[in-house]
This record gives sequence, C-alpha cells and structure tokens, in this order.
Amino acid sequence: MIIAVASGKGGTGKTTVATNLALATAGERPVQLLDCDVEEPNAHLFLRPSIDHSVVVEIPVPRVDPQRCTCCGLCADVCPQHALSVIPGQVLVFAELCHGCGACSLACPEQAISEVGRSLGAVEAGTAGSISFVQGRLNVGEAFALPVVRAVKKMADHQRVVIVDVAPGTSCPVVQALKGVDFCLLVTEPTPFGLHDLTLMFAVVQKLQLPAAVVINRAGPDDTRVQAFCHENHLQVLMEIPEDRRVAEGYARGIPLVQTDPRWAVGFRQLFHDIVRLAERNPG
Amino acid sequence: MKEVAVISGKGGVGKTSLVASLASLAAAGHRLVLADCDVDAPDLHLLLHPELREVHEFRASHKAFVDPESCLQCGRCAAYCRFDAIHAGQVDPLSCEGCGVCQWVCPVGAITLREELSGRWFISSTRYGPMVHAQMEPGEENSGRLVTLIRQGARKVAEREEAGLVLTDGPPGIGCPVIATLSGVDLALVVTEPTVSGVHDLKRVLDLCQHFRVPAVACINRYDLHSEGTDVIKNECHSRGLTIIGYLPYDPTATAAIRQGRPVVEFPDSHLAVAVKEMWGRLEAFILALSSPDF
Repeated sequence: MIIAVASGKGGTGKTTVATNLALATAGERPVQLLDCDVEEPNAHLFLRPSIDHSVVVEIPVPRVDPQRCTCCGLCADVCPQHALSVIPGQVLVFAELCHGCGACSLACPEQAISEVGRSLGAVEAGTAGSISFVQGRLNVGEAFALPVVRAVKKMADHQRVVIVDVAPGTSCPVVQALKGVDFCLLVTEPTPFGLHDLTLMFAVVQKLQLPAAVVINRAGPDDTRVQAFCHENHLQVLMEIPEDRRVAEGYARGIPLVQTDPRWAVGFRQLFHDIVRLAERNPG
Repeated sequence: MKEVAVISGKGGVGKTSLVASLASLAAAGHRLVLADCDVDAPDLHLLLHPELREVHEFRASHKAFVDPESCLQCGRCAAYCRFDAIHAGQVDPLSCEGCGVCQWVCPVGAITLREELSGRWFISSTRYGPMVHAQMEPGEENSGRLVTLIRQGARKVAEREEAGLVLTDGPPGIGCPVIATLSGVDLALVVTEPTVSGVHDLKRVLDLCQHFRVPAVACINRYDLHSEGTDVIKNECHSRGLTIIGYLPYDPTATAAIRQGRPVVEFPDSHLAVAVKEMWGRLEAFILALSSPDF
C-alpha cells in the first residue's frame, strides 16, 4: 500500500505527519518512507537514517557530431524546450533546458546527434531503524525536478507500507509523486491560506481519482472553515494536531511527536488504521 | 525600477504574510507593483483582496491526441515515449510532456499535438498598488514559464505607472518556478525560521542565490522559538557575508491577522508589527543603496 502525504501549501506539517506515521506504523508493519520533496528534502532530519547508497539521476541530453552535422536546423525545430539553436556552421546545445525527450536525435537526418547523461540530482537510500528510507535530492541550480521524483518513486518496495512525503504545490512534481499511490492524506491548517491551498490540492486528487482524507495541523477553536469544507466535500478529518508552542518547539529541534508523548504513537497508529479502512472502502 | 523577491526554500515560514505587510509599509512612501509568483498555491490575494482588471490565458503546454480511427496499435509511440505517457493508443495527459516524439514516430500520422490551457494570469488593483498574479490549472506543468509571464507583466505595469519597486512573493523550493522568480532580480529577501528544516532549506536556497549571483538579505521569523537554531542561522549568514535585517518574534497575532485577511502591520501594537516595521526600515535602506533614481 502506498500512502502519499501532500498539502498544496508549504509548511503545513507534511513531513511531521509522514515521519510520525512512518515511526508509529513501523512497530506493526514493515514501512518505507520515500521523500519526494526533492527540492527541499527534510524527512531525514527527523528520521536520521544512515544512508548506505546513492545513485546519480541523469537525463540524456544531445551531443552533436560536427563532422556529420549539416546545420539543417531540424533538431532546433523539433525541440519543445528550445534547447538547441543553429547558428552559421554550428549547433549550440543549451543542456540545462533539455528535458531528454530524444526528439532531436530521432529527427536528425544525418544521425549526427548522440546522447550523453547529464546529472540532475541523486537518489539516496538507507535505513532508519526498521524503516527503509529513500530520498531524492535535486542539484542546486537545476530547474527540472521531475526525473528525480520519478527515480525516487521507482524505489517503492511493494512488500512494505510505503509513505510518500510530497513537495508543496500543485504542479508537475506533485502529480508525479502522487501517480500510482493508493491514498492521499492532505495536511492543512485552519487559516484562509490552509483552506485555499487545500481546495487546490483537493482538485488535484479528484483529477487523479485518489481516495483522500485530511489532517488539520495547528488546530484551534477559532476557525472552522476547513472543517466545513471537508464536511461539504465528504472528506474525513482523521486527525487534529493542536496549535501548541511546545509542539512547535519539538519540531524546531527535530524531535518527532511520537517520541515526545506516547499518546501520539497511539494516535498515528490509529491514523494508519483509518487510512487502510478508507482506502479499502474507496479504491482509487 | 528595482525588483525584490521574497523567497524561503522551506514553505510556510511566513513569506506571504511578510509581503503583505511590506507592501503596506512601502506604499506609504513609494509607488510599487506586487507580483505573486507562487503560481502553484498563490495566497497573497487572501490578504490584499485585489480587484481584477485584466484576465489572460496561459497556454504553454501541448498534449498528444491519438486518432483511434487511424491508429494501427503498432506500439512505436509507446516504445519511443520517454515519459511513460502513451500506451496502446491511450495518452495519459498528466504524464505527457508534449514533446511530440510520438507524433514523429507514428507511421500513419494518427497523432497530433494540441495546445492546452495551463492557467490564467491577472492584473489587478489593490490599495497598495497594482498586483500581477496567476493560477495554474491543477496538476499542470510549465509553472516556470507562467512565473516569467507574471514578472514581465509586473515590470510593464511598473513602467507604465512609474513605480520604483516590484515586490514579489515567491514560491517555496529551489526548482523551476523559484529559479524563474529569482533570475535577474535586484535583491532576494530570504525568510527562514530556526527549525531543523528551516536551517537545512535556508542553506540550499542561499546556494541557489549564489549560483545565480543574486544579492540577498535574510530575516528570521519566529526567531525566539529555538535559540540554538537562531544561532546556527546567524553563523550560517555570517559565514556567507549575509546581513540579517529582521528578527521577527513568535506571535499569535500572525495567525489572527491571516484569519481576518489583513496584513499584520494593521495590528500596530503587536510585537510582530513593531518588528516588521523596523525591518522595513532596513530593507528600504538596502533598496535605496541599490541606487535607483525612481524608488
């Protein structure tokens, strides 16, 4: 079973929920955590895994053989990312724009284009206690996160309960992380920002036809608009984490909730059971 | 005209709240244009309540379509697609990059590319000045290009209105939309918080600023939450020669202000509003030092 933890808005507590869910569930079932927030991977700060191997993520980018190239310009015409430019007597390759689709090498009538690997980041794997841990790390300065997310997702171990920590946002890296998951847990906070971004994220899970439920972080009595939205859209609120300076201080130090109070371990185990129940009732 | 982008690496550290307050303070002495470049999850409008003036469509993505009448089910498209987006004549629009390789290899010309609506962008007015913002369609791609459109739009409006400052609310992360937000701005204000995640993400986003040679200043939100964490941030900034222009306290007024849909400086007696005002004084000095005659 693959459970994604996503939010739309950043900083709502995705990593808190994903890591505590992993730690609490690991007492009962074999668990794997995939950190797909490859721009800013943070789960390792709470699980403190030992990383035992790392693989570079590459995409194929064109290399033009000047002996064969006739500068016909077809490669530049077919490139959807404008990563090739033909100037008199030469083809310029802007490798950082290339998404590695291979259109240029297919199109070249002279077979002058070969492909070479270009590093975008790395996938790092290891263990944190009994938890199998995998994270992606996009190189600083790289814009194209998708292949790194895809490489992390490929490491999913279907013998385990897989928990996916998803990047904030609603665009392509988020969709890539959500593809093929069985259930999506949406983490939000009871503010207009939290509600607005939950609404956007709910549209994404509906588009992907994923069963989903909600965790409200920094919950308090003052704002019930998130609950009302969940009620209207038949989204169950499975857990509320209260607004509490002590919770925030523990987070600041990198201490998981389940280690601060045994009641949280019980709560997160219950959260896992609730997810299983809902996922079985509403298969995606 | 000067462009200042507020970014953070980590999400949820207070970028949007800060931009709304800085807009309120800046508008008292300058003409400014606001830009919300967090196109995935834009929230600035929830504090500034813009009135829409112009709506523009954003069409940057293409998707493959297979004509079932002429498809031979030969499987060449699936064999050549690098994004695992086409199987047995069926296109998965969420995986399709619109690269056109399938169209190129199809022996019977059964595949065409169609332009899709990826989002919309808007020019609006707020009480602090014009605002350029956008909304992606859920799950769409090319957020970097939409950010670039917003920035071009904001600069154009600023020229027309003779505004000296474009103040931008940036997205979290360090990838495509952040790079599009950051490249070529005059100053980045990097917001962080003294949590283990905040510190980790700060280093990556400062590396990004250095990579693109964007001058940066920092501000620590909720600095009193974890004093050791604040010390780590101070050392990190010091070792990079970066000025910390603001220390903002943990203050429940921050959340109360968001709930009321108002910038926190409208609660002038709060500790937070006082600290933000002080910080604006320093930021204003930094922008003036960038020597722009129109600011």
